[in-house]
Amino acid sequence: MDPRHLVVVGGGMVAQRLVEALRDRDTDGTWRVTVLAEEPRRPYDRVALTSFFAGRSPEDLALGDPALWDDPLVTLVRGDKAVAVDRAARVVRAESGRTFAYDHLVLATGSYAWVPPMEGADLDGVFVYRTLDDVAALRGYVTTLAEERTVRGVVLGGGLLGLEAAGALDALGARPTVLQVDTHLMSAQVDLGGGEALRRLVNRLGIGVRTQSMTTRVLPHRRGGVGRVELADGTKLDADVVVVAAGVRPRDELGRESGLAVGPRGGVVVDDTCLTDDPHVSAVGEVACIQGACLGLVAPGYTMAEVTVDRLLGGAAVFGGADTATKLKLAGVDVASFGDAFARTPGALEVVWADPVGGVYKKLVMSDDARTLLGGVLVGDASAYASLRPMVGRELPGDPAAFLLPEGGAGAPDLELPDDASVCSCNNVSAGAIRHAVAEDGCHDLGAVKSCTRAGTSCGSCLPLVKKLMATELGKLGVTVSSALCEHFTLSRAQLYDAVRVAGLRTFTEVVERFGTHGRGCDICRPAVASILATTAPAHVLDGERATLQDTNDHVMANLQKDGSYSVVPRMAGGEVTPEGLIAVGEVARDFGLYTKITGGQRVDMFGARIDQLPLIWRRLVDAGFESGHAYGKSLRTVKSCVGSTWCRFGVQDSVALAVMLELRYRGLRSPHKIKLGVSGCARECAEARGKDVGIIATDKGWNVYVGGNGGFTPRHAKLLAEDLDTETLVRTIDRFLLYYVRTADRLQRTAPWIEDVEGGLEGVRAVVMDDSLGICEDLDEQMARHVADYEDEWRATLDDPEKLKRFASFVNAPDVPDPSLAYVPERGQVRPATADERAVLVAGTTLEVRS
Amino acid sequence: MTTLDERATTWLTVCRLEDLPRERGVAALVPDEVDAAPVLTQVALFRLLDDTVLAVQHHDPFSDAHVLARGIVGTRRVDDQDVPTVASPMHKQVFDLRTGTCLDPAGKQPVAGRSPDLRTWPVQVVDGDVRLAVAGGAA
Repeated sequence: MDPRHLVVVGGGMVAQRLVEALRDRDTDGTWRVTVLAEEPRRPYDRVALTSFFAGRSPEDLALGDPALWDDPLVTLVRGDKAVAVDRAARVVRAESGRTFAYDHLVLATGSYAWVPPMEGADLDGVFVYRTLDDVAALRGYVTTLAEERTVRGVVLGGGLLGLEAAGALDALGARPTVLQVDTHLMSAQVDLGGGEALRRLVNRLGIGVRTQSMTTRVLPHRRGGVGRVELADGTKLDADVVVVAAGVRPRDELGRESGLAVGPRGGVVVDDTCLTDDPHVSAVGEVACIQGACLGLVAPGYTMAEVTVDRLLGGAAVFGGADTATKLKLAGVDVASFGDAFARTPGALEVVWADPVGGVYKKLVMSDDARTLLGGVLVGDASAYASLRPMVGRELPGDPAAFLLPEGGAGAPDLELPDDASVCSCNNVSAGAIRHAVAEDGCHDLGAVKSCTRAGTSCGSCLPLVKKLMATELGKLGVTVSSALCEHFTLSRAQLYDAVRVAGLRTFTEVVERFGTHGRGCDICRPAVASILATTAPAHVLDGERATLQDTNDHVMANLQKDGSYSVVPRMAGGEVTPEGLIAVGEVARDFGLYTKITGGQRVDMFGARIDQLPLIWRRLVDAGFESGHAYGKSLRTVKSCVGSTWCRFGVQDSVALAVMLELRYRGLRSPHKIKLGVSGCARECAEARGKDVGIIATDKGWNVYVGGNGGFTPRHAKLLAEDLDTETLVRTIDRFLLYYVRTADRLQRTAPWIEDVEGGLEGVRAVVMDDSLGICEDLDEQMARHVADYEDEWRATLDDPEKLKRFASFVNAPDVPDPSLAYVPERGQVRPATADERAVLVAGTTLEVRS
Repeated sequence: MTTLDERATTWLTVCRLEDLPRERGVAALVPDEVDAAPVLTQVALFRLLDDTVLAVQHHDPFSDAHVLARGIVGTRRVDDQDVPTVASPMHKQVFDLRTGTCLDPAGKQPVAGRSPDLRTWPVQVVDGDVRLAVAGGAA
């Protein structure tokens, strides 16, 4: 039987979820699906739109597994808007004139940003905040204008989106003011007290707020574009850019024009199964008017998508009601609201705790007997959100006030969540599902639980709770979460580090005899011990028994590539390189036939070097003044920098000089995982320092230091550790931070998860490195001083030692014969490894002549 | 797969024992026969802590690259015995150095047409010479 045809109009997050769920569940392929998207791109994470300002690219906002769109049963039509539906003929017509016949139609057109009627709304410089293109245009406009003058921004609307837009403007260096018509910020989610606390927090970020301010006119600037806004009371405010975030309206025109029922405030009316009054048409997400309202949040949209898919496949799912809990995503401002936040339930009691000085306001709404949690508002400290939200409608153990007091107070009792409590509202995952994944499906780490249940894969706010549930469940199973390094050591890496350091051991044999269980180690514990010894008893990576512990990368001091060849990266500290240096690198690459590419760490990577060529290549590089870049090591990689105040019109500090100094200070420092640093010379953050393990951003008073950022599989922004440090204090702080990490992190644990795991979290790290709460700082300082004093270039030392050079022979009985299996073919003027098919017919050596 | 049979086994001296670092591997190029045609095959030689020398194919059946001699040497507990192992430097599959058996495929499949287990060669150490039993006549 040919599959039936599902047409989805709209290419947003809910459409993506619908297609994903359908392809996941429809294993027999009874449906094929066509998605008509107006935007020229695949569905993206609109919720994370604001992060686009923090330097993320559109690709970073991609949702789910991109392979979904390669599925033969899935067709994505991009950049073509559906303009009409003929329900009698069951055909959708697109703007291009193409028609799509359907067996079932889903409207997922979402909503549009509403612009209130006012004069001047069409001027250049007035933006809405809804799509990637809106945001990109806004970013471009502000950046261009900032070259001429200080940009003042005005945001119309003090709701969730308005505050995010204000945060975005602030990040762009525009000084924003939020104009809120209502009495307080986020009036749809938080009460007056919460709104007041929120205003103070927002002010602290440098964002102005005017409440009860209705904008009536937008006036032009004499040089074009926007110049001022005028309020209803006659006040005029300077504004070079205006962002309208006054709310959204459902895009229900297809439904209206095709005669479907539409709600009193818009939206295509659907029943609890998401069907419209036409049995062949459903509506999901923000365009659907379900149970009398349109819901502008992604979680209910996802639920509607799942309900629709279930129904298409013959199931009986119904939409149970919306979870309208929200959490604001604005750096430095923690706001959450959930359940009956306004205490509208008859007899509801409010338990409030406020600390105006600290900018904290918390409220729990309880039933009239003060036992059942109905809802709450958390401003300034929303850390309890993840564990409280699933408890809505259930009895809280003990005094509700205990849940509001700051940590270290009376202490809230541990919440034992019932199985049906929803933990992840984005993906509708219950506590029971997480327990099941741990107990029955063998998911014994956070990554496995996430990929198995999808909990925490959208907004991530529930992750602390998921982790806690998992740990409790593992404990119940009698599975102690083993921190043993591997079968040879029952100690964790951190315990082994301390043991080795205190015992003063110097070799693997000593370590395994003293602390091991049996045997001679493996590919897990040997490199871990090598890394530990590198900072407790420093020696060359190839010295004696140390050489047997190294991964091939550290063993030949280059990066193994897929065909068995290596890549070579000389250090260019801070990304600074002389013309002579570049020429020398170019000549080496040319003479050895290497493929060259600029890395993300601001240096040059040369690929396709055979093991036997490495010493020859490094002889040339060392003679030209280069040293190992440690691109191969679990160690400091690079310190990326912008050009800084030396050249840049905007720079306030010499970021390059600091980056070079830091890279030379920490070069060769072996650590549990790679470490990357970044230094930006002003708040524009061109070095993307907040994506690094340690990011330093210049201020006019000194340096701000951020820790725990990374890119990769789970990108994180670094968090502020300390502000306005002078250079000496800054270096001492980083010294201690890095060594505290080196001593206590797990194997292959980067700084971001380490900070989550380590005693006290970021606060704990701050206490250790800034206030010496453990009394180890003198020790750390001394250890770093020794590292700096003892540093030697590993490659230079290797070239000087004939014994070490023997390790680079291609074959022990034919040291100069290159590996005959390596083969390369030309591509874009350079070489690349031949594919298996190409290799079968190629007999060429590695130094192919390549001419363009 | 080629296996040794009765017809011609030659003990080929590949290197001296002191050319092999303990608990690491080196690659060697040895004469071999595939479908009765003479070829050169890449072999990985490992010297254990007790000076035993073991030889397996240098080719990694999971990554299709000649890299196994560059893996980390260690042991794994199998049936209460510590088995000498090498872990592929590419994607960490673990192999028994004595038998070539793949002890841990690390969730992967070998490339098409390859066995996950490694071919092995008999090795002798005579007067400090490391000798390998190779098929066909010596080159």
